[in-house]
Amino acid sequence: MRVTITVNGTVESHDVEPRTLLVHYLREAVGLTGTNVGCDTTSCGACTVLMGGESVKSCTVLAAQADGADVTTIEGLARPDGRLHPVQQAFREHHGLQCGFCTPGMVMAITSLLRENPAPTERDVRLGLEGNLCRCTGYHNIVAAALAASADPESRS
Amino acid sequence: MIPAPFDYVRVKSADEALAKLAEHGDAAKLLAGGHSLLPLMKLRLATPDVLIDVGRLSELSYVRDEGDEVAVGALTRHHDVATSPVAAAGVPVLAHVAGQIGDPQVRHRGTIGGSLAHGDPASDLPAVVVALGGTLVVQGPRGRREVAATDFHRGFFEVALAPDEMLVEVRVPRTVGPWGFHKLTKRAQDWAIVGAVAVTTADGLGVGLINMGPVPVRARAVEVAVAAGASAADAAASAAEGTEPSADNNGSVAYRQHVARVLVRRALEDAGV
Ligand SMILES: Cc1cc2nc3c(=O)[nH]c(=O)nc-3n(C[C@H](O)[C@H](O)[C@H](O)COP(=O)(O)OP(=O)(O)OC[C@H]3O[C@@H](n4cnc5c(N)ncnc54)[C@H](O)[C@@H]3O)c2cc1C
Ligand code: FES
Ligand code: FES
Repeated sequence: MRVTITVNGTVESHDVEPRTLLVHYLREAVGLTGTNVGCDTTSCGACTVLMGGESVKSCTVLAAQADGADVTTIEGLARPDGRLHPVQQAFREHHGLQCGFCTPGMVMAITSLLRENPAPTERDVRLGLEGNLCRCTGYHNIVAAALAASADPESRS
Repeated sequence: MIPAPFDYVRVKSADEALAKLAEHGDAAKLLAGGHSLLPLMKLRLATPDVLIDVGRLSELSYVRDEGDEVAVGALTRHHDVATSPVAAAGVPVLAHVAGQIGDPQVRHRGTIGGSLAHGDPASDLPAVVVALGGTLVVQGPRGRREVAATDFHRGFFEVALAPDEMLVEVRVPRTVGPWGFHKLTKRAQDWAIVGAVAVTTADGLGVGLINMGPVPVRARAVEVAVAAGASAADAAASAAEGTEPSADNNGSVAYRQHVARVLVRRALEDAGV
């Protein structure tokens, strides 16, 4: 079947099998490998992307379900002039990553969280990241980065 | 993990979904949010030949104030129930529990209809709808029918839906006053090992249990005890009466029954008993 998905502002159209998962579509058909597959069982959040502006686990969405939708991946966050998105910048400044495997999903989940709750408390951030696992950082600096990013109004865009 | 091959159809109305169900019968499955079905298909525990995608049926996505009741369309996502002002005003327990399911990503996809139709006794919303004494509206080729929530779950992953029928609406009475909801999980994002909910509606107190048997349980003995004047602690002592929870690596039968008594006491206290 043919699916047409706007990925990071570019209209993409591909023939796929109905069983193609969105994460494989993004990585293999579109060629954007920033979105990782971790658990493949809807648990770890490494595959988190925005669909219609909201966080989803792309290992548990069919490309067919995203037909016609707007999808944003980690590659689509930086500004056209190359400036990092405020959430990315905050990860850098607060040392929010070690190995970096969970990072694309964490950044996308936080971007979605800040759109829904522009002034989260620390507890809101921790609960908002329930669906994202990190094996390295102990979460502390990820939470610090999310709180720092929330101070920048541009973090919602 | 990739599902076995299937044909995919996206329908534009509930009527079209029913026509497709009639056409394909047992070989087809409705796809709502996909957050129970797709994981099963990836594990090849479910291998439908046809998926009928109803996920975008906006006609079935709403939370409506209908006087004594609040009506929720079957395709309403957990996120939309959790953030609905109508739910918050009329049945705050429903909004609260919808906001406790899984994680934000799961709530952006999963729907109330999928949660009820899937029939997993570890799910949160079925026990809440049962405790509220809600009604499920089912549509099929023979028209619409209403099923009491207490009669809807028939067994482990088994509900009162024929293969050619779909759930279209969940109706629950407005709650009165405070309510309580507690679930025990060992890790963030996990399903409840055991959960308990206590609510008051115009019909009185309703107490529901999550994961204490093959179907959501209504703890009638507790309700009767409270009506007879028992304290929360005394009434909760009968919370596990007649329950048949499964034993697994999260807990034995006796452990689950103990936790049910503790969580019911807490839920009753929160509900003002
Ligand atoms: C990581 C994770 C954590 C979760 N945690 C929790 C939790 O803590 N608590 C909890 O309660 N749930 C939890 N869930 C389950 C989640 O709530 C699911 O969204 C829900 O159980 C199913 O809803 P769905 O819309 O995704 O249904 P789908 O997966 O699309 O469908 C499930 C089943 O119901 C059928 N169906 C769907 N809609 C209808 C309809 N309108 N009429 C008839 N049949 C229908 C489908 O054919 C299928 O058989 C979790 C899921 C995941 C992936
Ligand atoms: S890879 Fe999707 S949640 Fe882990
Ligand atoms: S930085 Fe390594 S998993 Fe999070």
